[in-house]
Amino acid sequence: MKVHEYQGKEIFRQFGVVVPEGYPAFSIDEAVANYRKLPGDLAVVKAQIHAGGRGKGGGVKLAHNEKEVRDLARNMLGMQLVTHQTGPAGKQVQRLLVEAGVRIARELYAGIVLDRSTGEFVFMVSTEGGIEIEKVSQKTPDKIIKEWINPGLGLRGYQARKLAFALGLEGAQVKSAIKIFQSLWQVFYNKDCSLIEINPLVVTEDDQVIALDAKINFDDNGLFRHSEIKELRDITEEDPAEAEATKFSLNYIKLDGNVGCMVNGAGLAMATMDIIKLNGGEPANFLDVGGVANSKTVANGFRLILSDPNVKSVLINIFGGIVRCDRVAAGIIEALSEIDVKIPVIIRLEGTNAQEAARLLKESSLQFKVAKSLQDGAEQAVKAAAGGAK
Amino acid sequence: MSVLVNQETRLLIQGITGQEGSFHGAQMLEYGTNIVGGVTPGKGGQEALGVPVFNTVEAAVRATAANTSVIFVPPAFAAEAIMEAAAADIALVVCITEGIPTRDMVEVHKFLATKNTRLIGPNCPGIISPGQAKVGIMPGFIHSPGSIGVVSRSGTLTYEAVHQLGAFGLGQSTSTGIGGDPIIGTTFIDMLALFKDDPDTKGVVLIGEIGGTAEEEAAQWTIDNNFTKPIVAFIAGQTAPPGRRMGHAGAIIAGGKGTAKDKMQALQKAGIIVVTSPAEIGSAMHTALNKN
Repeated sequence: MKVHEYQGKEIFRQFGVVVPEGYPAFSIDEAVANYRKLPGDLAVVKAQIHAGGRGKGGGVKLAHNEKEVRDLARNMLGMQLVTHQTGPAGKQVQRLLVEAGVRIARELYAGIVLDRSTGEFVFMVSTEGGIEIEKVSQKTPDKIIKEWINPGLGLRGYQARKLAFALGLEGAQVKSAIKIFQSLWQVFYNKDCSLIEINPLVVTEDDQVIALDAKINFDDNGLFRHSEIKELRDITEEDPAEAEATKFSLNYIKLDGNVGCMVNGAGLAMATMDIIKLNGGEPANFLDVGGVANSKTVANGFRLILSDPNVKSVLINIFGGIVRCDRVAAGIIEALSEIDVKIPVIIRLEGTNAQEAARLLKESSLQFKVAKSLQDGAEQAVKAAAGGAK
Repeated sequence: MSVLVNQETRLLIQGITGQEGSFHGAQMLEYGTNIVGGVTPGKGGQEALGVPVFNTVEAAVRATAANTSVIFVPPAFAAEAIMEAAAADIALVVCITEGIPTRDMVEVHKFLATKNTRLIGPNCPGIISPGQAKVGIMPGFIHSPGSIGVVSRSGTLTYEAVHQLGAFGLGQSTSTGIGGDPIIGTTFIDMLALFKDDPDTKGVVLIGEIGGTAEEEAAQWTIDNNFTKPIVAFIAGQTAPPGRRMGHAGAIIAGGKGTAKDKMQALQKAGIIVVTSPAEIGSAMHTALNKN
């Protein structure tokens, strides 16, 4: 789960991670009122969307007086902000952060992620702040300094010190950095984060180290112990169909193609997308209806797929294991007799009682096409989608 | 004829009185797995599926000499269940539970480094040696005894592969789902090492997916360790967009890493037969074995 920068900074404050003074605004007047609360004249108005690269897209601007804040807020609120992470359509800006400006001496990077190959969390810093860290790690990996964290011990003082000195910090900066690094680890651990990134982490002209940005992702599997984090969810940042899917405990991801697919199991769902592509089609979605494909999950899955107007055919690929295929077939028939489906539906059921299932599908009054194999199903679905487009 | 589970398996079910534990417990029993007991804290002294229930794993091991455990407890308690089994010196722990917080698994990972316990999973279908023992939730009857080792990060896609092998008359020595989470116990490399030393395993099906670098590491391992049995590999997620979690917690292309393309190239470089279509897993293995 993702949160906005201003929400991340509020969590940072609770744990003693120093951030600039700032307040969220949902309207132009609120933005101006927030500006009046700030200590100096210089302020930054930052668009709050769940995507990086906001500066380049025009979503982060300096203001020196009330009028500039008002003008910037008027321009930004409601705009479609396009960055390299939003896709060409961009995201509508509905919230702003009005924050005190900071006199910057150096821009650095700090982050915490899971290192899957060692099974440990790793704290990373770099002198190359302010730019895309993915590029730094590809081109100059030696410029990223890492400390792996023992889960029982946390980020120790010597490790934080090592990171601070590796960044070339000195004097009061070192102490300030150590405090911020250890506080960041506390946030990460106590809030079940899956990622924290501060880009840039800055050294101010008066030798303070502060977090100018705050990107926090939370481990979805850890949310059950954090009702306070769940409350921060901004559903307007999500694809409506994907948000709907989570209500039904379905895993749905919308893609750009026209062949819809419904599958049980995530691996098989990905494989089904792949075989659609191999046959010259483009998958319209990823949809895992889970291990138990019953009439309710199938019906909900169908509504999700059909909410995408690009979909021209649907391939159902279910491997019936402990849930027998004939039961799944009965579920599909029940679900589809309730929904008006106007596009071709190709069904491939394999596993226990697959033949009995095929008979049930053929005997039903509904217009299914039953596939003989995974390959046959993909071929038929792609062909049907192409035919419908003519 | 098999690795890790067989007729010597003495299985304990952690969460035996829960809905999942009792349902799949009955299925495993029906398959012929030797279930010797169960654990549900607070229900010690009762009986379930015809075997005694204990309050702790330690008590269960003492009374039944169990050597394997399968975990069906909810995500909030699953990490504790794994550690409890390892603390009681269970040799093989299979964790089916999906949705364990990563922070908990990091702690489990560290804890297991000090123990002699092997973990399979979490978030996996389990492991089966056809005709001998089934420790997990896979449909038993699609499997048959034979000489192909199967190792996979997926559930139903593994069943698909097993089904395809069956169509060519190829049975399995052992089939394992190692799990779809970012942190798992047994890896591709661990299973390949076991299959290498198993004289009855003649070929291996490896099913990977996007996210992480486990497939690349496995490819390198086969080179470094002179693995000569034919391997057929498929990587799911060739069409998955970057930055999106594809169902499994571990199936995500992040920071340009973990793409299907990288994995397929690494596997091919190691001389592994990589099929681009999931429909060709069985036929590719059939062809590979006939060549040898």
